[in-house]
Amino acid sequence: MSIRFKTLAELKRLLENKEISSYELVNETFKNISSSKTNSFITLDEESALNKAKDFDEGKVDGDLAGIPIAQKDLFCTKNLRTTCGSKILENFIPPYDATVVDNLSAAGSICVGKTNMDEFAMGSSNETSYYGTVRNPWDLERVPGGSSGGSAAAVSEGLVCAATGTDTGGSIRQPAALCGITGIKPTYGRASRWGMIAFASSLDQAGAFARNAEDCALLLNHICSHDSKDSTSISDEQENYLDNINNDLKGKKIGIIKEFDISSLNKEVQDSFEHSKKIFEDLGANFVEVSMPNIKLSVPTYYVVAPAECSSNLSRFDGVKYGYRAKNAENLEELYIKSRSEGFGDEVKRRILIGTYVLSAGFYDAYYKKAQQSRRMIKNDFVDAFNEVDIIMSPSSPSSAFKIGSKTEDPIEMYLEDLFTISSNLAGVPAMSIPHGFAKGLPIGLQLIGNYLQESNILNFAHQYQKNSDWHLKTPNLGESS
Amino acid sequence: MSWETVIGLEVHAQLSTNTKLFSSASTKFGSEPNTQVDLVDLGLPGVLPVVNKDAFKKAIRFGLAIDADINQESSFDRKNYFYPDLPKGYQITQMTKPIVEGGSIDIDVDGDKKTINITRAHLEEDAGKSIHDAYPDKSVIDLNRAGTPLLEIVSEPEISSAKEAVSYMKALHQLVTFLDVCDGDMSQGSLRCDANVSIRKVGDPELGTRTEIKNINSFRFIEKAINFEIKRQIKVLESGKKVTQETRLYDSGKDETRPMRSKEFANDYRYFPDPDLLPVVISDDEMEEIRSTFPELPADKSRRYISEFQIDESEAEIISSSRELSIFFEVALESKNDPKLAANLIVGEIGSLLNKDNIKIDESKLSSDNFNILLQRISDGTISKKIAKTILAAIWETGRNADEIINEQGLVQIQDENLLEEVITKVIKSNTKQVEDFKNGKDKLFGFFVGQVMKETQGKANPKAVNDLLKKALNS
Repeated sequence: MSIRFKTLAELKRLLENKEISSYELVNETFKNISSSKTNSFITLDEESALNKAKDFDEGKVDGDLAGIPIAQKDLFCTKNLRTTCGSKILENFIPPYDATVVDNLSAAGSICVGKTNMDEFAMGSSNETSYYGTVRNPWDLERVPGGSSGGSAAAVSEGLVCAATGTDTGGSIRQPAALCGITGIKPTYGRASRWGMIAFASSLDQAGAFARNAEDCALLLNHICSHDSKDSTSISDEQENYLDNINNDLKGKKIGIIKEFDISSLNKEVQDSFEHSKKIFEDLGANFVEVSMPNIKLSVPTYYVVAPAECSSNLSRFDGVKYGYRAKNAENLEELYIKSRSEGFGDEVKRRILIGTYVLSAGFYDAYYKKAQQSRRMIKNDFVDAFNEVDIIMSPSSPSSAFKIGSKTEDPIEMYLEDLFTISSNLAGVPAMSIPHGFAKGLPIGLQLIGNYLQESNILNFAHQYQKNSDWHLKTPNLGESS
Repeated sequence: MSWETVIGLEVHAQLSTNTKLFSSASTKFGSEPNTQVDLVDLGLPGVLPVVNKDAFKKAIRFGLAIDADINQESSFDRKNYFYPDLPKGYQITQMTKPIVEGGSIDIDVDGDKKTINITRAHLEEDAGKSIHDAYPDKSVIDLNRAGTPLLEIVSEPEISSAKEAVSYMKALHQLVTFLDVCDGDMSQGSLRCDANVSIRKVGDPELGTRTEIKNINSFRFIEKAINFEIKRQIKVLESGKKVTQETRLYDSGKDETRPMRSKEFANDYRYFPDPDLLPVVISDDEMEEIRSTFPELPADKSRRYISEFQIDESEAEIISSSRELSIFFEVALESKNDPKLAANLIVGEIGSLLNKDNIKIDESKLSSDNFNILLQRISDGTISKKIAKTILAAIWETGRNADEIINEQGLVQIQDENLLEEVITKVIKSNTKQVEDFKNGKDKLFGFFVGQVMKETQGKANPKAVNDLLKKALNS
């Protein structure tokens, strides 16, 4: 039986009906991974995964996700399993602890098969900044999968695993989900614990999930999210079962279209898909309202002050002293720092550390960092105002479909604009997701659904209803002879 | 030319919490290197700080004691710099919104009273320790201290001499120990100070260029370091040169200050709000709880001792000025002992033993229980006050039970009148000349007879009984 492209719910059923064993499932997964050409994984954990599968088959494990192989983005610390964050500086780092998200998913019985490739320290929108090589898009191996969670998105898109974790600081789940033709969700900031998630920009980072559809995402989110006393920014509000409301009626619900996002400047196919998706929601009884968010145009510049500022400080701990890469032949302390960091970090990471250091420097703080905090608050307020009028907000997930590997690496600004539509929800902290809704140039594109604070179930409801009335999420890449 | 000195002190008080400011590792002093370190203190990737509310309670207690404003909402910032004993590459501190602002501390220099205003007191984490002399070819790091909560207390530049600085530090020391905010142990670095020193011509409205002397850890060194620095600055200015603004270290061996490597400290710390921590809000209920458990401070204690127990003012002041002594005194009174007797012994005999050994009462071998026994044996007449001193000295050396010492050494006071009369008769017989003189009006000789009786009884005779019986015998 081929397990490729099966959904999480389908695999659960197969296991429950004993039509397949977890061992077969995991074994098959590693076979598929070994023949894959996408370079989705940095580290595999075959022996341990097979042992856990045996335990499940012997009836020793239960839980909502029991016996199901999944992949973890290599930014989540995994106890006794190498965690690189896509960087040379952590090439040999083996954490003595699990991230809370990893812990939660293990407690639900899932089996981690390995750690997925990613842009170095989650800085990138194409997965080209990884020290462990570029990930290739399963739909076209010459193209990028998006980033930073490119490995997770590609692994699910290619059908290697039915589900994977990701993190989203400015679009790192939604943009690769869009470019790989799968569903991805980032919950409200604070809903999932950041404990054990290697920090890029602490006030923006949020864990989330990739799967083949919204229903699977809801099931995953039930376990990824939790209140955690080890994370001071963790939300303690009661957490709902995200599957409870996915079948709600959309009649009379209001969807906001952001006036300031100029859809007409985008590729014709992207525009057509957007119109087509609107039609599907209209047929389901939803209404469209134009909402003005005058400050949303400040999102990209605001983000590229706040995120680098936080990263410049967060990445100071990688200094070659305690763990991670240490340069050889350093004559003194200063040289140890300079050499270890110069040799251990890639160009994009260095660029952002420099930007961040600059905007926090004496004399520049007020002009950059403080201003960015002010505009961030204005963007937040725009969302608060908009959600007084509408239930969810809808936009394309990214300006275009997957681009060629190497085509944007020379122009950081062009690359930064990949996250034009996704960044604002991180700045505001609201939940958002991307679902497949068509093709441009033969490659998948995504539709972004943004919800109000803690309204994950609302966007999951819209997404599930959309997927019940469309088949974009059922499309799979043609993997050719290799698989 | 005459100069005046302007000093501001930044004092770091290590808060006596059980665990660190942002982790659950222990803060105990003196453990094996790197044994009191958890994932957070190590600055591993992905770990997050969680505030220790107990540190806030102690900081607030200090703020209330100096009559400062308490920011019930305060926040943390990151101070960024690279150093091997700073695992995260930044220190978490309170830059923009400290927990305590304003307030003042009264000092007393040779009877002159002065009030020193406090700018602020904020919470921050301590760094670890770099050790450069343990191995010939490498430096090593001990992170046990990393993350220990500190309260940095910043004074206004209102201190005008080294003596005032010492007296400010002593007042602060007394306050933080009484409040149970800090153990005050300067030799272990629990309380250490940085002194900002500048001089200017008398009457000059402008402040001179200051230098900062780092990490001074004893009262004596504070005085010496500041005095050295004042003299040095005067010398520099009087030779027509300028004082360089810099950080200096006090070398107690050479009794001098000298510049630290300035390169290390030419930092732009790039402060910004720590995104891992939300502002900390102290509720009104929590404030009320802190107020209701506020300890009695020395001045109030002293007044209470005088009015409640009628002890001498000077004794009351000495006992109340030390947290340990006042606890010792109050525990003794719980067992209904005579307050005057207890105060007398604590200030007199015990005080001089403490001074001799330079220790605190809770570090001595004299337990409260044992002191209690001793007081009772004096009150019930078993021993004399004079013998009590001998017994105290024995306890001081061995820590043995007072009753055991009394019995073993036969120190029980002689009260038996027949026995005493026998001794008195003997004394009178062998000093006929003195008896004659006494009877002829030389009253002062009475003391001589008391002394003789005491000598015969090795000091064990009950003094009151000796007096009475002697009077009777000599006047018969």
